[in-house]
Amino acid sequence: MSTLIELKNISASYNGDPVLENVNFSIREGDFIGVIGPNGGGKTTLLKVILGLIKPTAGEVVYNREKLKKNRIGYLPQIAEGDINFPVSVKDVVLSGLMIIKGHSARMSSEDRKKADYVLQELGIHHLSNKSLNKLSGGELQRAYLCRALIGSPKLLLLDEPGNFVDTSFEQGFYEILKDLNETVTIMMVSHDVGTISTYVKSFACVNRKLHYHDSGRITTEQLKAYDCPIQLIAHGDVPHTVLKRH
Amino acid sequence: MFASFFEYDFLFKSLLAVLFGSITAGIAGSYIVAKKMVFLSGGITHSSFGGIGIAYFIGMSPVLGAACFGVASALGIQYMASKQKVSEDSAIGFLWAFGMALGIIFVYLTPGYTPDLMSYLFGSILTIHNTDLIALAILALILLFFFMRYYRLILYVAFDEGYARTFSSRVDLFKYLLIILVSLVIVLNIRIAGVVLVLSLLTIPPNIALLFTGNFAKMIIISIIAGFIGMLSGFVASWYLNIPTGATIIFTLVLLWVISRIVTRRRWE
Ligand SMILES: Nc1ncnc2c1ncn2[C@@H]1O[C@H](COP(=O)(O)OP(=O)(O)O)[C@@H](O)[C@H]1O
Ligand SMILES: [Mg+2]
Repeated sequence: MSTLIELKNISASYNGDPVLENVNFSIREGDFIGVIGPNGGGKTTLLKVILGLIKPTAGEVVYNREKLKKNRIGYLPQIAEGDINFPVSVKDVVLSGLMIIKGHSARMSSEDRKKADYVLQELGIHHLSNKSLNKLSGGELQRAYLCRALIGSPKLLLLDEPGNFVDTSFEQGFYEILKDLNETVTIMMVSHDVGTISTYVKSFACVNRKLHYHDSGRITTEQLKAYDCPIQLIAHGDVPHTVLKRH
Repeated sequence: MFASFFEYDFLFKSLLAVLFGSITAGIAGSYIVAKKMVFLSGGITHSSFGGIGIAYFIGMSPVLGAACFGVASALGIQYMASKQKVSEDSAIGFLWAFGMALGIIFVYLTPGYTPDLMSYLFGSILTIHNTDLIALAILALILLFFFMRYYRLILYVAFDEGYARTFSSRVDLFKYLLIILVSLVIVLNIRIAGVVLVLSLLTIPPNIALLFTGNFAKMIIISIIAGFIGMLSGFVASWYLNIPTGATIIFTLVLLWVISRIVTRRRWE
């Protein structure tokens, strides 16, 4: 498998407080990486470094320009900063995912709109296309933002805690969609629910200032301890499970 | 014949002022209303009065003075807010009163009579200068060009700045350009509605538009049309009733909002 992005000795900090230290890590084509770690461990920062939104204080991010043009990364932020009362429709929000391909003076063609229709259909919110965001539930909003990340047919998809707002009824279906996507798209997904995602991911990246890559979709409490990654495994199914607070 | 030509001339100029005023206020107003920057715009408006006062004192063009102050305070507020040392609304409140105070002091210190002062406070479309009109026309053209060419970028920067940074490295540049354009719109429309009333010229038409649409582009177009109707009818009414134009225009705009609210009422129930 070829490498899409390589992080070499990456360190990052906010106002001098170190958040990531000496991160060495490769994103391989076709991988489905579950990014886990405690709150404040630097998961979001890691994604932002990969996107080029945060400049690392040391090290470099090497993009495989043959395999991955920079505009082929789809991103679902953890916190949607958009003002839901803004006069903009769901479809127009989704279309903003094409801006990176189309440039500053973008015009949206009917083909672009068809692409938007297609992803909206896929995620089951096509009937909301012309609604304002303030008419949507939390889960529908999250799906709209996911459409925005998907519309540009990304080669790499960075998802920051996508399960957070998705209604439980949609959660399984959502992971199934990701699993299908993963046949052509490399995915890196931050999540707290290690138990659930271990059914779908191929590997784990444990982020707590340092990054430990675990090349398997199975991970045990002992391994997490060894990676200095203090999070609780949530058991599902018959075992009585711990309900963790949503973050 | 000379008299009628003269009358024709300044009526024609007022009509042009209404046209360019509604275009500029409609575009800039939609941006500040959608992005919830009305308070910031109030700060820009009132601090620009400081520029008017100083311009009187040193004998330069009041509009130029206001423009310098308006743009400087807009950039100052954005800069202070982005560096997070001062909260944005405190910075605005500070500049708001400081600009007015400066203006009052310098107008007071200016020797002799300042005949135009009232027109800067409450607007005077009938006495608008050719240079102001030309400046307003150029600004309208720049805004039309800018918003048509960069419509998507402006929309997405205004809606979700954080995400816009994932596809553009010039988000800050565009934000600063937009706030400069907004301040120029405010300053040049002060000739029409005055420091005290100009903010309504920018905020009422977009709020009328929002009653009809949830789409930013349509909001801008409806704002321009609503602004034109409201301003023109206000102008005509003030002419026949012989009452102050700026105030009448604001009155007709509010009336237009009320009518639109009633007309669209059924949609919202
Ligand atoms: N914009 C910011 N300014 C200052 N500190 C920040 C900022 N964003 C995150 N941090 C800090 O950096 C650390 C890592 O944050 P983050 O990457 O968001 O962690 P995670 O996503 O793993 O919860 C936290 O301690 C957080 O408080
Ligand atoms: Mg996070």
